[in-house]
Amino acid sequence: MEKALFIIIAVIAVAAALNVLIQRNPLYSALSLIGTMAALSVLYVMLRAQFIAAVQIVVYAGAILVLFIFVIMLLNAPKQQLQIDKQKGLRYLAIPLAGLLLAEAFYVVWRVQDIAMPVVKEGEEAVGTTWSVGVALFTHYLLPFQVAGVLLLMALIGAVVLARREGDK
Amino acid sequence: MTTDQLLEWTIKIGVIFFILLTTVAYLSYVERRVAGWIQLRVGPNRVGPFGLLQPLADGLKFIFKEDIIPREASKWLYLIAPAAAIIPALMSFIVIPFGSSVTLFGREITLHVTRFDVALLYILGVGSVGVYGVMLAGWSSNNKYSLLGGLRSSAQMISYELSLGASIVGVLLVAGSLDLVTIVEAQGATSGYWLGFIPKWNIFLQPIGFIIFFLSAMAETNRVPFDLPEAEAELVAGYFTEYSSMKFAMFFMSEYFHLITVTSMATTLYFGGWNGPFIAEYPFLSLVYFVLKVFIFIFIFMWIRFTMPRFRYDQLMALGWKVLLPASILNLIVTATVILFVN
Amino acid sequence: MIQMMAILLQAQSRPPAAQSDAPIFGYIPIIIFFLIAVLLPVVLLGVSRLLHRRVFEREKLMPYECGIDPIGDARERFSVRFYIVAMLFLVFDVEVVFLFPWAVIYDKLALFGLVEMLIFIGILVVGYYYAWRKGALEWA
Repeated sequence: MEKALFIIIAVIAVAAALNVLIQRNPLYSALSLIGTMAALSVLYVMLRAQFIAAVQIVVYAGAILVLFIFVIMLLNAPKQQLQIDKQKGLRYLAIPLAGLLLAEAFYVVWRVQDIAMPVVKEGEEAVGTTWSVGVALFTHYLLPFQVAGVLLLMALIGAVVLARREGDK
Repeated sequence: MTTDQLLEWTIKIGVIFFILLTTVAYLSYVERRVAGWIQLRVGPNRVGPFGLLQPLADGLKFIFKEDIIPREASKWLYLIAPAAAIIPALMSFIVIPFGSSVTLFGREITLHVTRFDVALLYILGVGSVGVYGVMLAGWSSNNKYSLLGGLRSSAQMISYELSLGASIVGVLLVAGSLDLVTIVEAQGATSGYWLGFIPKWNIFLQPIGFIIFFLSAMAETNRVPFDLPEAEAELVAGYFTEYSSMKFAMFFMSEYFHLITVTSMATTLYFGGWNGPFIAEYPFLSLVYFVLKVFIFIFIFMWIRFTMPRFRYDQLMALGWKVLLPASILNLIVTATVILFVN
Repeated sequence: MIQMMAILLQAQSRPPAAQSDAPIFGYIPIIIFFLIAVLLPVVLLGVSRLLHRRVFEREKLMPYECGIDPIGDARERFSVRFYIVAMLFLVFDVEVVFLFPWAVIYDKLALFGLVEMLIFIGILVVGYYYAWRKGALEWA
């Protein structure tokens, strides 16, 4: 049952991701990406990472892709969809990069075989709950959490500065 | 998981769908009657007794109307947009507790479809995904009014989502859980009363938070005084200007679904959900209390709609970003500090 | 100090609220609900497609523009303001998401939690103040 569900969801995730690449219209690509995000969220739930699954929807599907679509609309996308073809040089860079990513993925798969999955005791599934994520985040990972705050600050200032250059005055 | 459980879920979901669709149909009737009452006119009263069959007539009309797809519209996106608006609007009802548990056919049945650890975040997430329907409708129609309406609407929705989320955190500080069932139960009679008679509803602990929540929720549903996306005087009908027939009806329905969602959330988070007197003896009363509270909120929303003028767009954005967002953060810091001192 | 907190919290790391017996199964209804929710627009549009009347007329397909012929393309470039709003939204949305787990475990963290969240919010308030001063929150 769980396996069947996993296969269905995984196929949806991969198919949607492929569709992102195949579509010529960037707007369709962005919409397809929402499908990938939703499928990934289901996979997170199956891994007992409930909190991350919800965050995946709230942040990725609900915020980052809204920004993507705003930008695509802002750039008046349909007329510029052919511009990608003009930069042929980038293709030669893409091949080694894709190869590198593939090698990395294979390396991870090869490594993971050796690592035992953490055993979850029956009836005790409080691994990925809001509670356990909170405990980890605000004690063990306190420094990364505060650094994330600084990163957000940088993003905020960056956005304002960039917009100023394009905007008025 | 057993087949029994699966069957129970499916039946509950089916019943919820049926109730939601009927409620939405009748909300359109109630809204017009309330409008008539407030504005000293009659409202729909011709179809059936007191006009009660009006929603049925409207539904038939929507079905038989011609469905026009404007020239140069992106056909697929134009078709997907209403579905993208209505599906997320429906999805949040799955975690809302409608009542305590009742015994039916010799089986104890809880009056909520499901509960899980991140229910509140799930509602927020589903709500934020609802923006796409509006954006796509505006973009795909190939109409200037639609595009502007869609953009305005989505910018408004995302801006007020922040203060909505931040105001909810105040409730979480008090309740200590994201699970709506737990939040409701914590406000119940088992927690006792203040001064012997005031129920432990979160509204008494979070009055400022509730006001922020209420305003943001009103903006999320695109209702007056925040109905800029469909400001008739300037944008014709906003993002659904070009829509007709059933597709138009779907946008209409999704707005009412949003209305029910936010009022149910207000009830659940701040007004004790299904809690009320005598529910221990008569569990069915919990359902009645819940529906009653939700309908009081819906009435207030309608009342405001027919009383208030509309904001200007810059005023609207200023309210969201410069007043509600800092106020919600401040509310949460004050709440946290007070909790620290009380414990 | 932090290590101590962690050990202390882990010791009592059962959520205070009793979850239903098998937490992960609670998510299955979402899938059922989604499938039925998808069916709804399909049925509605299908019924309307079967029953509606169609009278073809060229003028009817024209985008509405107050009765005159549409001028230019509707997909004009629009104000960069919308982009700024989306960017700011993204930053603060992530912040709000961080607040959720913090609020849930706040009674255990107590003063420690208040201080660390004050630092976190303080960092972002600097950015908020900057954005306000630079007029990024201004619409006109």
